[in-house]
Amino acid sequence: MSGGHSTYSPKTGIGRWIDARMPLPRLVHDSFVSYPVPRNLNYAYTFGGILSIMLVAQILTGVVLAMHYANDTTLAFQSVEKIMRDVNSGWLLRYMHSNGASFFFIAVYIHIMRGLYYGSYKAPRELLWILGCIIYLLMMATGFMGYVLPWGQMSFWGATVITGFFTAIPVVGEWVQQLLLGGFAVDNPTLNRFFALHYLLPFMIAGVVVLHVWALHVVGQTNPTGIEVKSKTDTVAFTPYATIKDGFAMVVFLAVFAYFIFYIPNFLGHPDNYIMADSLKTPAHIVPEWYYLPFYAILRAITFNIGPIDSKLGGVLAMFGSIAVLFIVPWLDTSKVRSAVYRPWYKLFFWIFVINAIFLGWLGSRPAEGAYVIMSQLGTLYYFAFFLVIMPVLGLIETPRRLPNSITEAVLEKNKGGSAHPAGATAAPETRG
Amino acid sequence: MSATDTSEPNRRDFLYVATGMAGVVGAGAIAWPFIDQMRPDASTLAASSIEVDVTSLTPGMSLTVKWRGKPVFIRNRTPEEIKAAQDVPLADLKDTVARNANIAADAQATDIDRTAGKDKENWLVMVGVCTHLGCVPLGQQGDFGGWFCPCHGSHYDTAGRIRKGPAPENLHIPTFQFVSDTMIRIG
Repeated sequence: MSGGHSTYSPKTGIGRWIDARMPLPRLVHDSFVSYPVPRNLNYAYTFGGILSIMLVAQILTGVVLAMHYANDTTLAFQSVEKIMRDVNSGWLLRYMHSNGASFFFIAVYIHIMRGLYYGSYKAPRELLWILGCIIYLLMMATGFMGYVLPWGQMSFWGATVITGFFTAIPVVGEWVQQLLLGGFAVDNPTLNRFFALHYLLPFMIAGVVVLHVWALHVVGQTNPTGIEVKSKTDTVAFTPYATIKDGFAMVVFLAVFAYFIFYIPNFLGHPDNYIMADSLKTPAHIVPEWYYLPFYAILRAITFNIGPIDSKLGGVLAMFGSIAVLFIVPWLDTSKVRSAVYRPWYKLFFWIFVINAIFLGWLGSRPAEGAYVIMSQLGTLYYFAFFLVIMPVLGLIETPRRLPNSITEAVLEKNKGGSAHPAGATAAPETRG
Repeated sequence: MSATDTSEPNRRDFLYVATGMAGVVGAGAIAWPFIDQMRPDASTLAASSIEVDVTSLTPGMSLTVKWRGKPVFIRNRTPEEIKAAQDVPLADLKDTVARNANIAADAQATDIDRTAGKDKENWLVMVGVCTHLGCVPLGQQGDFGGWFCPCHGSHYDTAGRIRKGPAPENLHIPTFQFVSDTMIRIG
């Protein structure tokens, strides 16, 4: 997978015996040891590794929690409380899992933003990007179904509102909703199937992650300059350079994660979910998990009919459209220059986009009335304009800054007086005192 | 290649078409039970009819019962509420269809067609699920003195008709009938 030539040579007899039969050690060596990575990767590029470890953490804690969880509407809420109070270390495992979902999304948002900033989606990395979008969609479905399992008020009403989206589909909407719920309202059949799917989807994510990494290793990583690797001096070996950088970033990320688990475990949750689900009483404010809030704001921003499309269907289409648009980003961006580092205007619009996304998230947590509605509409307008207008037009009219000839040149320009030796090497273990 | 050159269908053509057909039909036949099992099951459908005693409901009182997992509002309306709903011109309504399962599907949303009918105009029986995204509206609240959905701000009037907010339709009226003067069967 590392581009043809393999430098792996087994040293032991057993190693050679395995290598001739099923060369898995060779695959691992070529993919994660000798694999060449651009020498100028910064910390924004460490989130792929962080995401892998978060997926593993979620699967491990999830499997263990499933051993103590009772998948029935009359027992689910109590069984979660039992995990919190009676099961040994249950409180820790559950907080790891619930906060883990949030940190998984924090990491994926930084990862996506990094891709948008450095133009990682541009040819020949379109499929790599689309696979990432599929992973993100699967993550959203998994997160949503997981949130239903504790059977609290937000679980129940979040599920009611989100499955209600499907009733907006003309003619077959009601039928589709009943198919999803297994009844006329969210009830035991809904909980049962959501649990089964919540257990299944992470493994499907793991499968798509394999494809994502495979695609990555075929085309190679991008880097902050957006210039393709041209010579051997442009790269360093994955191990130790990228391994240690990824490892260090993971430690910092997990330290923040641990702070949340131990000191503010419910900061990102909603207190109403500690009230058992009641199908006759809607909470005053239904809000989804924080990581869906920007999309929730877009859903609620469409308060007007658009031609034959009523406001309800319009809102649902806008919300799904805001995710669907990500899939075609490689073809919306017309710029010949990949990285925002050399695109002064794109850089500006990109940061406005980030601020706007956070702003939409805040609006999603507010009630849908008065000035909030108008602000949501403006935010939604910019969200779509960024992809559908700014990206295609800016690529044609913007004058990019001068590009360096190679990654090596860019690095040397940055550290004037440095040698052609990879910058990271000065901190490498073998040169230490 | 020679197999496809002959004009008469031969054994290989037969095998190709037969296998392909069996594959397509077989895939469909196998997919169906996997989809079918997701639909509401027999026990869910069996619980689709209930009887409610409304003897204790004096004018101005409401009762919420659970039917098919959803709340159903039964309200004995006050004369003022009836008057307020009757005085609304149809042109003011966002949804002019009655949404009443007991009468014609295209009946207009006049006050009488929203209720239990002539001489029982005080009785309003509605599925208590906001037609926007399925929250339960709160009774005797909102700008029109009817129902108000706290989720996304839909206001319904005293006949349960949508007047303001994102909900597209009036609150739905389920199939129901008075089996006696004080007993309602829903479903």
